[in-house]
Amino acid sequence: MIDERTGEVSAETRARYEAVIGIECHVELKTVSKMFCGCPNAFGSPPNTNVCPVCLALPGALPVPNAKAIEQIVRAGLAFGSTIPEHAKFDRKNYFYPDMPKNYQISQYDMPLTVGGIVRYWLEDGTRGECRLTRIHLEEDTGKSTHASADGRLAGATSSLVDFNRAGVPLMECVGEPDLRSAEEAVAFLESLARTFRELGVSDVKMEEGSLRCDANVSVRLRGAAEYGTKAEIKNMNSFRSARRAIESEIARQIAVLEGGGRVIQETRGWDEAAGVTHSQRSKEEAHDYRYFPDPDLVPLDSPPAAADAVRATLIETPYERYIRYVDGFGIASKQATQLVDDAALSQWFDRVAAASGQPLAAMHFVLGDLSRLANETGIAISGGKVTPEALAELVELTQNNAINSSAAKKVLEVLWIEGGSAKAIVEREGLAQVSDRAAVAALVAEVLDANPKVVADYRAGKTNVLGFLTGAVMKASRGKANPALTQELLREKLEQK
Amino acid sequence: MDPLHDSAVAIATAVNRGEMSAADVAETVIPHVARIDAQVDAYLQLTPELMRAQARRVDARIAAGERLPLAGVPVAIKDNMCLDGTRTTAGSKILGNFVAPYTATAVQRLLDAGALPIGKTNLDEFAMGSSGENSAFKKTRNPYDLERVPGGSSAGSAASVGAFAATLSLGSDTGGSIREPAAFCNVVGFKPTYGRVSRYGLIAFASSLDQIGPFARSVEDAALAYDAIAGKDPLDATSIDRAAEPTAANLPRDLRGVRVGIVKEFDTAGLGTSIDTCYRNAYDELAALGAELVEVSLPTAKYGLATYYLIAPAECSSNLARFDGVRYGLRVDGADVGEMYERTRAAGFGPEVKRRILIGTYALSSGYYDAYYLKAQKARTRIAEDFARAFELCDVIASPAASSPAFGFNAKSDPVAMYLMDYYTIPVSLAGLPSLSVPCGAVVPEDGTRAMPMGLQLASPLFTERALLGYAHAYEQATRHADKLRPVTEGAR
Repeated sequence: MIDERTGEVSAETRARYEAVIGIECHVELKTVSKMFCGCPNAFGSPPNTNVCPVCLALPGALPVPNAKAIEQIVRAGLAFGSTIPEHAKFDRKNYFYPDMPKNYQISQYDMPLTVGGIVRYWLEDGTRGECRLTRIHLEEDTGKSTHASADGRLAGATSSLVDFNRAGVPLMECVGEPDLRSAEEAVAFLESLARTFRELGVSDVKMEEGSLRCDANVSVRLRGAAEYGTKAEIKNMNSFRSARRAIESEIARQIAVLEGGGRVIQETRGWDEAAGVTHSQRSKEEAHDYRYFPDPDLVPLDSPPAAADAVRATLIETPYERYIRYVDGFGIASKQATQLVDDAALSQWFDRVAAASGQPLAAMHFVLGDLSRLANETGIAISGGKVTPEALAELVELTQNNAINSSAAKKVLEVLWIEGGSAKAIVEREGLAQVSDRAAVAALVAEVLDANPKVVADYRAGKTNVLGFLTGAVMKASRGKANPALTQELLREKLEQK
Repeated sequence: MDPLHDSAVAIATAVNRGEMSAADVAETVIPHVARIDAQVDAYLQLTPELMRAQARRVDARIAAGERLPLAGVPVAIKDNMCLDGTRTTAGSKILGNFVAPYTATAVQRLLDAGALPIGKTNLDEFAMGSSGENSAFKKTRNPYDLERVPGGSSAGSAASVGAFAATLSLGSDTGGSIREPAAFCNVVGFKPTYGRVSRYGLIAFASSLDQIGPFARSVEDAALAYDAIAGKDPLDATSIDRAAEPTAANLPRDLRGVRVGIVKEFDTAGLGTSIDTCYRNAYDELAALGAELVEVSLPTAKYGLATYYLIAPAECSSNLARFDGVRYGLRVDGADVGEMYERTRAAGFGPEVKRRILIGTYALSSGYYDAYYLKAQKARTRIAEDFARAFELCDVIASPAASSPAFGFNAKSDPVAMYLMDYYTIPVSLAGLPSLSVPCGAVVPEDGTRAMPMGLQLASPLFTERALLGYAHAYEQATRHADKLRPVTEGAR
């Protein structure tokens, strides 16, 4: 049903449909030089300073592939379990655009560097999912145009300025299968890709600098239908947040079209961030004929299985694998596990504390709790600070063995943050060791009870919640060192004696 | 030593020995070339200041004790190769104002070897043509009959050497653009194996076929130039990483034990009696030098032209897309960028270039790719396989270099008639083989009275440049056909 007034579909109607989403994303590789020439691959330089005959497509210039970029694509593919075909090649994708110097893009058409693979991801609530990859291939980026009209739009512009610094930067295109069923899954898929690329060091994945750009193919169908609906390709999504909004908006639009008796047209639609809607850009009939053919300036890429094996041997744990280890192995909640996994340096640091202390959960509470607070307050990364993983492991052990209580632990951590060194040494120096001696604590308890006859009377009259106050008083009298459990035990014993 | 007429070997020897300075060579050559070129129009641009500056550098290096293989040798460069600071047009209006900011690898290697750049030579626009007439700027004349074409596309590079207005020159050959004009202009024209010479800085026509090579008045000089320019270049991914052995030293004097393949399908009887006689005589001369003539078959060679005119235009349609008026070269403004592209390219490209862009765009289009481009690639493989089979029976294949001697201006207005000039060179190009044209006599054309030079094409297996140049040298030294003709231009000895 469509609400006649707002044009929106009801939640019940929405629930009868299922969305089918496939993501394609372009990721700029973090290499020293560009894809086919020696110019620096750098963001933010003055316009047209990182250019040469090759990336400006001067007459006679020829491309020479960047071996490092090829290796990075292979590495990225292997991290998702992709197959590395023995033979790959570069093709030319022909179309005219002013910021594309050769008026063709060197890309890969039918023989990409990697084929298949699976991207595993998790949602915020910890639900896990996976999406197959079609392929990952390597191509080159274009330059950037600036249109010179007053309002920055093409209409009314009398001239355009082109900056070719980005032209020829290596670009990885990842094509996913239509396995995703919600905007949330699509974003989780993108986040998983981004985490993995960052971890592998193949890209910074900075969306604000345009180093990750994604398109989404979106269609809807009635739940249980066997055939896919007609898809629209959504472009111009500049952040994970805008990807989620754009996909949600497009799903709602398509359902409304179908519910209104219309048909979804296969077309390209641009996301309008400000308006919060997608707009039609071009239909399939207007689609380019790119006239792909093998680039005769480049020789085929041969990758013997041994070469892929050698790269595979250097792969380390992926962020997804780490997440699973934290959640399933350590019993850490999804939210905290995500926090750790999202900071590669921190999670490596955390792993050392977990290993040294044998107490991953307790270690996690320190790392994401007091230690993160100190890091935020001082602006120093935990992994770059003075607290060593070994010192924190010591502190974890001291608390778990009841050698110190939690308030003392907090003090020790603060000292460690400033001075570094050993937790045990600080405990000794500051005299923070927990007092668990029955006689000593009993003496303090007696002292407190004597000083607070009214409270004692209240307790005995049934107001047992004053136990907290009395515990606090004993702790205070011990300068924080009394064992809190023992304190309560002795308090109860005394209070209930009479 | 006479720098205007002597060989590159003789000039380099004299300059290296200090018998003549490179500066003196330059000062002798500069006015001489200007005089001859007024008749031939081989050059689009003379570069006397660059030549003088280079001569000073060469003299300084000689004085410092270096010996340079091309010390003081005057060379001409086809104007589709970049030379830093010079206008580089590819014979096209679209690059009429383009000044190259870098130097092509092959050109740089010539300069490093001590050669002196005389200037940039005329060519068919973007190297597309077989007569030189497709140049947007001028008609180069054949130095052996000024009313006839010099051949193409390396028109000026062939004519300048033929007219003694250069000792050596660089040309480029895609389907015959070195060998055919060499035959027309009575000089040696050598196309090495595809990938032997870097294409970096050569303005691309058809990337999988383009190959730079030298023109010279002797095989030995051509070998000397080839030795200077050959070898892997890190700036060209298709250049071959394989040591190029020096070819110029110890060239053989006879052809004893060499099996020369004569192609059954390349029967010259259909070319007319005088041409047929010329080639039959050339084959007899090879046999007289001790070669064993064997018949070989290239059954798919007849598909060469059709194959070539799909692959080369397909590649050119993409290669020439960069000439759009955005970054350099001609720009004709329009209401929007699309109109600017259309006007610029309409005004900048000549009819033959447009024809090939259209053919190539069509051949690569969705729905036609398999029937045209892919099929042509398969045919190309079959043609290469035919050559490989033929080379099981012979060491080198001899054939005409062109279908006729030099023809008159405007004689080939039908494009296909022009394409047929390269009937014998195109299959060899598709197979990537090293091949050359060496003068093999003269024929009086049916429409003329003056004897015009003829060229014998020799082609050998991939990477056998040294052997190929050896066969050609033995033939040339025994026959000396080139010496029997004199250019009609002034200044010839």
